[in-house]
Amino acid sequence: METEGKKRVWEEYQKEIADDHYFYVRSCIRQTFFPGSETTFLKILQNDLKKDVFEDARHTTCTGIGYHTDIVPLETTMTVIARHFALMTEAGYVNIIPSCVTSFGLYTEVLDTWRHFPEIEAKIREYLWKATKREFKVPENLVHTSDIIYKFRNRIKDLSKVSLINKKTGLPLNVVEHIGCHYSKMFPQSGVGGAEFPAVLTGMIEAWGGTVIDYPERRHCCGFGFRQYLVKANRGYSVSNSKKKFESMQPYQPDFMVANCPGCSMFLDRWQYTIAEMEGITYDSNGTGIPVLTYEEMAGLVMGYSPWDIGLQMHQVSVEPLLDKLGIEYKKEDKYLGSNGQNIGEPQKPMFLIV
Amino acid sequence: MKDWGYSILKGRQIDFENNDFSIAEYITKHEPSFRWCIGCGSCTATCSAARLTDFNPRKLKLLIQRGEIKGLADEIAKCMLCGKCQLVCPRGINTRNVIQNIKRALNTCHAL
Repeated sequence: METEGKKRVWEEYQKEIADDHYFYVRSCIRQTFFPGSETTFLKILQNDLKKDVFEDARHTTCTGIGYHTDIVPLETTMTVIARHFALMTEAGYVNIIPSCVTSFGLYTEVLDTWRHFPEIEAKIREYLWKATKREFKVPENLVHTSDIIYKFRNRIKDLSKVSLINKKTGLPLNVVEHIGCHYSKMFPQSGVGGAEFPAVLTGMIEAWGGTVIDYPERRHCCGFGFRQYLVKANRGYSVSNSKKKFESMQPYQPDFMVANCPGCSMFLDRWQYTIAEMEGITYDSNGTGIPVLTYEEMAGLVMGYSPWDIGLQMHQVSVEPLLDKLGIEYKKEDKYLGSNGQNIGEPQKPMFLIV
Repeated sequence: MKDWGYSILKGRQIDFENNDFSIAEYITKHEPSFRWCIGCGSCTATCSAARLTDFNPRKLKLLIQRGEIKGLADEIAKCMLCGKCQLVCPRGINTRNVIQNIKRALNTCHAL
């Protein structure tokens, strides 16, 4: 294929990402399990890139978890999301950036439904008015927060203090990138690179010096899948999916994994502990597991933020081996100190996974 | 090991890269009609052993072709070599010779 043709094809896989003035909405899972991620995102955007980001404390869940488990009806979900749009309109913004891939997928689904069925949008507007006396404008630009970091990846590189390079060997780190299913598999045109060639994390990793591993189960689901996980008896399906991925990536000796979905980061991290406890195995050579980062945490490390300030102590799999490879200095004794300097308590030691 | 109240499922994908095809190759070499099978299941439907046990010649043939030969020795021991399967096979496969060759292959290729 000619280069010009390639460029033209690739253009179809791009999407418009607003340059500034964002209405930020948080993720239920991410702010619970990796709370430093969202703080890091805000710090990078507001302090380092000098962007205007606004968030409203009245923002609620998008109902994604309830919706995908058939507990919350679609009309309720749409009305809740309409309320989010109303908060955005009230604040004077037109660009909405959800931190959660589930929310991003759901917002996209709702907007697509309204495009095809304007009568449903009219009905939801009526529901919202009756319930809250609010009105809203449909967002002009809806992108996931990983798209924002992707957009500014070269700017972040210019400001970076750390590269994704093994300090001792000088070689690029081997990175597994994992895209959340709801980012681009449901609406391929909504993700950078579509469903087949998602470039959002690859772009960040390569811009910051790392190498992306292309392993057989790269596009396999992490196993979260809502109803696979929420019912305890079904969790075997969830952990089996993750195990399939771990077994597939293991021969490539990844230095760490990075995901853009809150659920994926959570399960790829926690299931390593679970599998170690159930079967006594880990997927690295020294028994510590493969560290898992969110893309905000990866960006934070690249920007030179303290690993404990960005919340890396919240991970099940220890990040210290990765920090050592990156040559990042850290104090072990500070790992479990809160922002007020008080000890926040240490977790129990697992039986097999070395921490 | 901890019991969390759920188990890790074994993958159901056919691992063609790591499976063992030596038995299938041995049978095909010594009884080429093994390749003619269309998987109709007539053999299993008439099998004397299948009336009394869970022996399933059709399934066995599929697993051998996939190279999934774990537990093959125990399975093949259920066959009584009555030959009914050979009488009903629409492809005229010498099924009894296939069974005999599976047994020989197990002795030659593997100590399963």
